[in-house]
Amino acid sequence: MTVSERDGLHVAIVSARIDVGALLTRAQAPGVGAVSMFLGTVRDLNDGRPVSGMEYEAYGPMAESELRAIAEETCGRIAGLRLVVEHRVGTLDIGEASVAIVAAHAHRAQAMDGAREVIEALKRRVPIWKREHYLSGDREWLDPTKVQA
Amino acid sequence: MSIPVLLFASYADAFGARRLDVPLDAPCQVADLVRVIRSMPGGDRLPAAPLVAVNRTWVHEDVAVQVGDEIALIPPVAGG
Repeated sequence: MTVSERDGLHVAIVSARIDVGALLTRAQAPGVGAVSMFLGTVRDLNDGRPVSGMEYEAYGPMAESELRAIAEETCGRIAGLRLVVEHRVGTLDIGEASVAIVAAHAHRAQAMDGAREVIEALKRRVPIWKREHYLSGDREWLDPTKVQA
Repeated sequence: MSIPVLLFASYADAFGARRLDVPLDAPCQVADLVRVIRSMPGGDRLPAAPLVAVNRTWVHEDVAVQVGDEIALIPPVAGG
């Protein structure tokens, strides 16, 4: 769908399956000594209800610009950090990755902090929504202000 | 005149549309816009202080809306 690039930073909202291997390759650089990856995946149970899949919707242009801002702010706090971030939209099956964050740095602490900071900010700021599809046939938009996401 | 407002996810379901034409003249404040939207069919499903973006940036309710702005009413975000 949309892609944003600059040296050492890639963010995108995508509709195709996330290619984790390609993201890891993209994050690599000669100075990298540590790579930390966070994957958000669709689970089969939420709040006691069996889930059959998850549908993601985004306000595409704003989602990408917020994601880019988060990545740039994180790189501003952690010098030398490389970030590759993709969030998927559309209907996903159980076990599929909805979001992938690859943080690469010379050292492990910065790489791990970078991935954590991006996912926490993403959950607060990026206009993306998910609707759970239940085995019962019901569908429901999740509201993190009311339930644990 | 009217002001177009983009809707997504649960708000699109609540109003049965992905775009509302809000009967109001710009310039006005975001708070004025939200007040009118709340009076439209489906508006009773909005929370007390819905999130709003103008030109793809989060704004507070005292921000002014100008003619031609891209305005979006944003449900609680749930990415990840």
